[in-house]
Amino acid sequence: MTFSQRHFLGIEGLSRDELLFVLNTAESFREISEREVKKVPTLRGKTIINLFYESSTRTRSSFEIAAKRLSADAINISASTSSVNKGETLMDTARNLCAMRPAALVLRHPASGAPHMLARLNQCPVINAGDGTHEHPTQALLDVMTIREHLGDIEGKTIAIVGDILHSRVARSNILALTTLGAQVRLIGPPTLLPLEFSRWGVERHTDLRTGLAGVDAIMMLRLQRERQTRNFFPSLDEYARRFCLTVEALREAKPNVIILHPGPMNRGVEIDSRVADGPYSVILEQVTNGVAVRMAVLYLLTTQERLATQDQSVTNRQTVEQEGSDAQVESSAWDERTLPKRAVG
Amino acid sequence: MHIVVQNGVVIDPANGLEAGLDLLIEEGVIRELGQPGGFASVEAQRIDASGCVVAPGLIDMHVHLREPGYEYKETVLTGTQAAVAGGFTAVACMANTNPINDNGAVTRFIVEQARSAGMARVFPIGALSKGLHGEELAEIGEMVEAGAVAISDDGRPVMDANLMRRALEYCSMFDVPISVHEEDLCLSSGGSMNEGPTSVRLGIRGVPSVAEEIMVARDIALARLTRGRVHIAHISTRRAVDSVRQAKAEGLAVTAEVAPHHFTLTEEAVEGYNTNAKMSPPLRLADDVAAMKEGLRDGTIDAIATDHAPHHRDEKEIEFDQAAHGVTGLETALSLTLHLVQDGVFSLSEAIRKLTVNPARILGLPYGTLAAGRPADLTLFDAQASWRLDPLAARSRSQNTPFAGWELTGKVRLTMVDGRIVYDDHEQGGKAA
Repeated sequence: MTFSQRHFLGIEGLSRDELLFVLNTAESFREISEREVKKVPTLRGKTIINLFYESSTRTRSSFEIAAKRLSADAINISASTSSVNKGETLMDTARNLCAMRPAALVLRHPASGAPHMLARLNQCPVINAGDGTHEHPTQALLDVMTIREHLGDIEGKTIAIVGDILHSRVARSNILALTTLGAQVRLIGPPTLLPLEFSRWGVERHTDLRTGLAGVDAIMMLRLQRERQTRNFFPSLDEYARRFCLTVEALREAKPNVIILHPGPMNRGVEIDSRVADGPYSVILEQVTNGVAVRMAVLYLLTTQERLATQDQSVTNRQTVEQEGSDAQVESSAWDERTLPKRAVG
Repeated sequence: MHIVVQNGVVIDPANGLEAGLDLLIEEGVIRELGQPGGFASVEAQRIDASGCVVAPGLIDMHVHLREPGYEYKETVLTGTQAAVAGGFTAVACMANTNPINDNGAVTRFIVEQARSAGMARVFPIGALSKGLHGEELAEIGEMVEAGAVAISDDGRPVMDANLMRRALEYCSMFDVPISVHEEDLCLSSGGSMNEGPTSVRLGIRGVPSVAEEIMVARDIALARLTRGRVHIAHISTRRAVDSVRQAKAEGLAVTAEVAPHHFTLTEEAVEGYNTNAKMSPPLRLADDVAAMKEGLRDGTIDAIATDHAPHHRDEKEIEFDQAAHGVTGLETALSLTLHLVQDGVFSLSEAIRKLTVNPARILGLPYGTLAAGRPADLTLFDAQASWRLDPLAARSRSQNTPFAGWELTGKVRLTMVDGRIVYDDHEQGGKAA
């Protein structure tokens, strides 16, 4: 099959087959990051622009590394060092960046729908690296990829998502991806952060952590933003932690081989106990590793569609990647480093 | 100079009139209504209204003309040009200008701008509180003397219930209604669309229906206490309509208006982060849209008002949560209302009533009827003609409409104020009137 989307804006609207296709492609890319020379020439001569309006360590560096391992030239622009400070609108910034002919624009933005607005410009493929409280599709893909590695097929698995569902783009993308792939999803959190509307999404709602965790195959913890307290979503971090912190004790409710995910950055002692975060069930760092592969896959699929149209299966893609990998080179990276000495960190 | 409007179907809900009649106009005043051909011997300019409804000039009791202060969005001139193109001969404009219309000088300025524009009549609505801050009463008496026909902090709710109480008491001295924008700001909490399935999916902070319903209930209670006149602006939820229905049954001086977008669109219009579907109050659910139609049918909702809120494209082509609230409405209101007539919600005469005599009565204006002796403010429209909305062809200075590209039914052919033709579709390159 081929991946027909021009932009990668969200999990919403992707079919089961499309999701599996992207996941299979990502899995085929994972091996590149294990090599001695972590680079293939697949996207040589293409430029990827990371435009980040929110601070980010993981996602921004993950996209940058993914682009570079595919030999694309990656540049990073963060709101704090760009013309945003001079009052330029998002649309104008995007128009100008697109005029430099990048192969894709990766956008992280605090407003829900910001990448959709840029996609309407239709200048180059837009990849959503997290928009407001809407979606974070590559995060969901890397989460699903990690779960698949440990548990096999997603179909029929029970997965709990715990914490601030209301404000979480990670939760939205994951609910969509997991339910599309046939998982049972349980949302767990205080009712203030778990709107009734979610019951339409084919998921279970739980306000008790232990009941919600009973017999689950995987647990996704969400980051709790401390500033929510001032808006009365919960009375104190302490009370929140007493009810919703994933502790060793709470973990006993889940299946014996349960895995624990967290998108980071973690609030240790608030939503997750360090013994759990660093314990044997945690796959949190594997998520980060898989993040690079997922972003390589998304960049690859969006920027090489014409070539893909002539191919038929992800198996073929894997072969292509491996063949090209054999004449991997580092030249473009060196060039990149020379011309972009000052790197904006998002 | 005499004018005869002939061969049309005159609909004047105020007098229960719906018949093929000719109109004789003299010195800007309706002199007589007569049988077709009855004025054949009078020497006059003749306007052929064949195939047209001849209605009292439409009255929009809720618009934003943006002048003074926001002339890049709209001016009194461009706004009233849009009004007459949409069949409106009178508009009442809200006070959220810059400077704010919270004193007689600004009120007089708007009246003067309207006079020199020479299009539709303009009736300013004065601010309820100084600076729209919701703290101290504005100088209501001074504004009423200068021409204000109602009082409102529109765009903002009056969060202080005691201020609202005092305003209702104080305004009863002038017999002007208070038009209220009903939104509990604590509950709406910076939301940008209706709180519901779509907001949860799109990840946009929502404004719950209760933010409106609580305030409607509060102001009805205050109307009961003060015997003051409360007019609910742009009503949008089923339970708010229910509350108004009960208040009317109780005999309170409570009236309500609905905007065409609220009886036409649901929150799903926001899909794709369409900022031209962003307004306050927000588009609600299908059940609320149904409640708007029920309220229009049974008389709970007195008037159709556009909440015409022009914004520059730079204020709309931005991130959804930062985009300005509001849509234009003057040039689409009649057509969208006629769609309700087509759908059997109410009769054509009832539709015209909600756009003419009802708002006139709420505002205490002597317009909205075609009775002999009244000023010749009238609108000729072809109720069957269909057209496609091109926002760029709009007379308004702004193009922020959610109806771009819609196939609309009902085309204004000619608009007359005081016997002067202020809009003629024929001159605009359309079909002859």
